[in-house]
Amino acid sequence: MLSWDPVTLSRVLTGLTLFVHIVFASIGVGIPMMIALAEWRGVRKKDPHYTLLARRWARGFVISVAVGVVTGTAIGLQLSLLWPTFMRVAGQAIALPLFMETFAFFIEAIFLGIYLYTWDRFKKPILHLLLLIPVAIGSSASAFFITTLNAFMNTPQGFTLKNGVFADFQPLVAMFNPATPTKVSHVLASSYTLSAGLLAGIAAFSLLRGRRGVYFKKALKLTATAAFVFAVSTAIIGDFSGKFLAHYQPEKLAAAEWHFETMTKAPLIYGGVLGENGEVKYALELPYALSILAGGTPNTNVIGLNEFPVDERPPLLIHYMFDLKVTIGVLLVLIPFLYLLRRWLPKGKNRGKGKGGYPKWLLLGIVALGPLSMTAIELGWMFAEFGRQPWIVRGYMKVSEAATTSQSVGSMLILFIILYLVLCASCITVLVKLFRGKSVDDEMRELGISGGERK
Amino acid sequence: MSYEIVGITVLWTFLFGYLIVASVDFGAGFFSYYSVLTGHENKVHNIIQRYLSPVWEVTNVFLIFFVVGLVGFFPDSAYFYGTALLVPGSLATVLLALRGAYYAYNTYGSSKENNKAYMAVYGATGLLIPAALSTVLAISEGGIIQEQDGKVILHWSSFFSNPYTWSVIILALVSVLYISAMFLAFYAGKAGDKDAFEVLRGYALLWSGPTILACLFAFFQINRQNPEHFRNMLNIPWMFIASLICFLLAVYFIWKKKYLGWSFILVILQFGFAWFGYGRSHLPYILYKQVSIYESFTNETMAVALITAFVAGLVVLIPSLVLIMRLFLFDAKYVRGESPKKG
Repeated sequence: MLSWDPVTLSRVLTGLTLFVHIVFASIGVGIPMMIALAEWRGVRKKDPHYTLLARRWARGFVISVAVGVVTGTAIGLQLSLLWPTFMRVAGQAIALPLFMETFAFFIEAIFLGIYLYTWDRFKKPILHLLLLIPVAIGSSASAFFITTLNAFMNTPQGFTLKNGVFADFQPLVAMFNPATPTKVSHVLASSYTLSAGLLAGIAAFSLLRGRRGVYFKKALKLTATAAFVFAVSTAIIGDFSGKFLAHYQPEKLAAAEWHFETMTKAPLIYGGVLGENGEVKYALELPYALSILAGGTPNTNVIGLNEFPVDERPPLLIHYMFDLKVTIGVLLVLIPFLYLLRRWLPKGKNRGKGKGGYPKWLLLGIVALGPLSMTAIELGWMFAEFGRQPWIVRGYMKVSEAATTSQSVGSMLILFIILYLVLCASCITVLVKLFRGKSVDDEMRELGISGGERK
Repeated sequence: MSYEIVGITVLWTFLFGYLIVASVDFGAGFFSYYSVLTGHENKVHNIIQRYLSPVWEVTNVFLIFFVVGLVGFFPDSAYFYGTALLVPGSLATVLLALRGAYYAYNTYGSSKENNKAYMAVYGATGLLIPAALSTVLAISEGGIIQEQDGKVILHWSSFFSNPYTWSVIILALVSVLYISAMFLAFYAGKAGDKDAFEVLRGYALLWSGPTILACLFAFFQINRQNPEHFRNMLNIPWMFIASLICFLLAVYFIWKKKYLGWSFILVILQFGFAWFGYGRSHLPYILYKQVSIYESFTNETMAVALITAFVAGLVVLIPSLVLIMRLFLFDAKYVRGESPKKG
């Protein structure tokens, strides 16, 4: 591994940092929204269960924010450390959104600090709830700014190239490039889905363990319903993203679909393997589906990969990432939908026996929502990033021209692998301890709330 | 004033903000751990923890601001510093990551008792990080980063054998402890916590001597390292004299146990004068003789956009900072610990 060239090593290290950061960043974007929802219901319905829910979520949330902050700092610094040539050429193009992202995060950090330490300080509970608005706006705004930057690297515009340097920069044109709307909304919606799914999973897990209190049922209802709404929006925006790709980044869509010849009535290929001569075997072929995905009608002309020079094609491996992510997306809509239909579901033998009246398989499915959506987010980002290879700024600068020339990237990679292992393991340990340490029932008794475990 | 000067002033101010806030933070982490080790725990630990908890996230942001702004205003500096600082920069990143995470684990994660292992991580990193970051100042004096055959190289041997490097590291270490102790003494005084105040005042006085000695040592090492920079410093002697006067007054006030608020403001002014005097005489170079603010400046549109974003950001940021300070710093009830703790 150490004998790889700095470019490959830089790619691996950046990829690794983002791989870790994305999970915590998505949680950081979505959970404030969920906490706000719970607290809002608590205030509006004067229901202390929801307030307690918000409180417990917030407590765990800080731990994940900490890891999100430090991995975010890492990627912020690595941009300059690993890609100095890229920063020299495009640094001015990307500094503005980065700068604004930091501002948004600053606001979020300040108000989160206030929120956590003012649970009982205001006379009116609504004032405490209002503190969450800047937190949620701040976290979503930082996702917005950072994603516009990534969108810019996919569909760059708003500058001219003079002697190899980006010049005459128009910041707003660059920020609101064609990729921005679909990318930003997909990132936000999928982060909300992940967070709702994770929290739903926790509630379902408690019910599976035989906890029957009404607290858990309320938690499940709020989170599973939210997960359904968010998953459906993610899927709809995903469809827009497909149309965007067909128009602006046809090589990415073509590589994802193993679509070589430009044609109308293009079929969509699901799964399969690629033979030596580029023929597709064992795949499920859906006629017209790719044309419909790309343009809404079967007669849409979909550009094939053969139109692009070989050294400008993305790796064909992204096909699997795309398929897997879409499959998971379907599951993410389906599972919470089944929850919404719970009254009409066939009643199994176990129903009502210590599972809060839900079928066991449904609860297991809901527990899986978190890991599934996490996988989908990782796959989605990997698809988006591998899919623009070999470019770092599509059409202008290749990845191989942008990396550091330093010979020490290998040892830094090992250092960061150890760091991330330590961080993730310790984060999970601390979170588990935190929730085991103080059970819901104890806390409800402490706060004088009824409706805990009915024995 | 030209955009170049505005840009570098904005960035230098941010770095100064980081210097003060982070020093308080890093030093507090160290003192907090030290107090638990030596059994002074109940005296000072709680008051330190009460200050640190709501603000720890804010500190990191100052640093990122600086780095991002530097790349935006002066893209060439990213190229030189980015390539050369891969190893020290990554090490500092790892330390920052460990410190942030373990701070949160100890404060929010563990149940009532302090986890000594967690505290050791952020106490120790609290001293290592300033040492690692301060070396950039030594590098910026030139001679250590060189470009050969289109590759940027950091000369480790001349870096470590240089007395100036070590003088900057020592200065960073002692001033972190000094700034932090001065602030915490003021904070404890504000809370009316006599025991904590006495301990922290002791720390502040203890570290004041080494701080001024380290300042003088670094000051004269600049002359050996970079005579041109030193001559520029002598052209604005009033700034360094003002710094010294602020130092003497601050220590006098804390010695007499009065005007504690002013005492800490004087500490800020002491470092402010020295910091801006040092920065001003360093101009026009960001990296001596290789990156100057005039040659590597971003284009004008971007400069205007960055400055606009900066002003707009401040409009939101300053009221928020005032709010958090009113809630946690200047709220006597909170400082005394009468308000309920974390949720």
